[in-house]
Amino acid sequence: MNLPIAADAPQGFLSPTGIEIAFVLVGLVTLGAAVITVTTRQLVHAALWLVVALGGLAVEYLLLTAEFIAWVQVLIYVGSVVVLLLFGLMLTRAPIGRSPDADSGNRPVALAVALAAAGALVWVVVDAFRTQWIELDKPQGTTDVTGSILFRHWVLPFEALSVLLLAALVGAIVLSRKSKDEPDANGRQNRNGPKTPAAQKAPKDQKAPKAPNDQTGQTDQTDQTEGTR
Amino acid sequence: MHLAYPAVLAVLLFCVGLYGVLARRNAILVLMSVELMLNAVNLNLVAFDVWLRDTLHSGQALTLFTIAIAAAEIGIGLAIVLAVYRNRGTSAVDDLRDTAERPDDGGDGDGVGPEGAAAEEPDEPAPGASQKAEATA
Repeated sequence: MNLPIAADAPQGFLSPTGIEIAFVLVGLVTLGAAVITVTTRQLVHAALWLVVALGGLAVEYLLLTAEFIAWVQVLIYVGSVVVLLLFGLMLTRAPIGRSPDADSGNRPVALAVALAAAGALVWVVVDAFRTQWIELDKPQGTTDVTGSILFRHWVLPFEALSVLLLAALVGAIVLSRKSKDEPDANGRQNRNGPKTPAAQKAPKDQKAPKAPNDQTGQTDQTDQTEGTR
Repeated sequence: MHLAYPAVLAVLLFCVGLYGVLARRNAILVLMSVELMLNAVNLNLVAFDVWLRDTLHSGQALTLFTIAIAAAEIGIGLAIVLAVYRNRGTSAVDDLRDTAERPDDGGDGDGVGPEGAAAEEPDEPAPGASQKAEATA
């Protein structure tokens, strides 16, 4: 249905509309931020450039008149996922400055694969969709429309998704907590476990001052991992 | 707006994420690159939904579902990375080669590796799925 419109309307690549210019500019910023994200050697900077890339994508959603998706993108990705990634970087004691081993040895192969995939996909996509035109006269993704569609036609997948989120929550808690009877790195039992060898060996002098430090660090870690979720 | 603009941007973002997944060493940076790839797919879904003017708005509904699944994925992924870091003291994916097939036992056939790994697992007490995941991760 779009073909006759695209054929006779003055919609060439040489006469871009204002929305197209804005889209391309924001797209360049997004792409540049993404490239810096995957190439920078400072790990925390990678997470911060990821914020720029995801925020740029939110602006692109706004330009495509999908405003609810845009705000969800800002809330979920910029608000929680990046914060979660930053907490992950801090909890794994990522180096703050430049880390020389941020890239693995197969970097040339990765570059070749990515360039080949980009070339092939850009060629195919441009060849397939270069005459298609998106009409942006009427907003397509307002909160009203999205809410009614989501809760009228997509209720069952929505509820299944909530069950999946619950399962992911429980799974993440199970994965990140220490099991009770598992000895930690020093060979001691955990503080929640039965006090078999650790309590009997407690009079040993070098273990007693070490225990509070270790346990406080451990509670800190579990508290932070649970707090990020 | 031409459909080629969002489609090409999505393709380029996906390939940047692909490069990041293949080239990065830190597991958390690999997760960031996965997020970039998922966002490229989201941009495609939204663009084609707006182009097709779908009455069900399948593209936007699927985008919302993808965002939620990506949030779940990043939670589970970071929990696994933290468990690996707690056990091994590293989060570099290059160092986790315990289940790699060495070149010397590669001549024994491909079936040996998975069988050997499956035979090792019942030896452990394996009281919970978490320990098994930590041991094999």
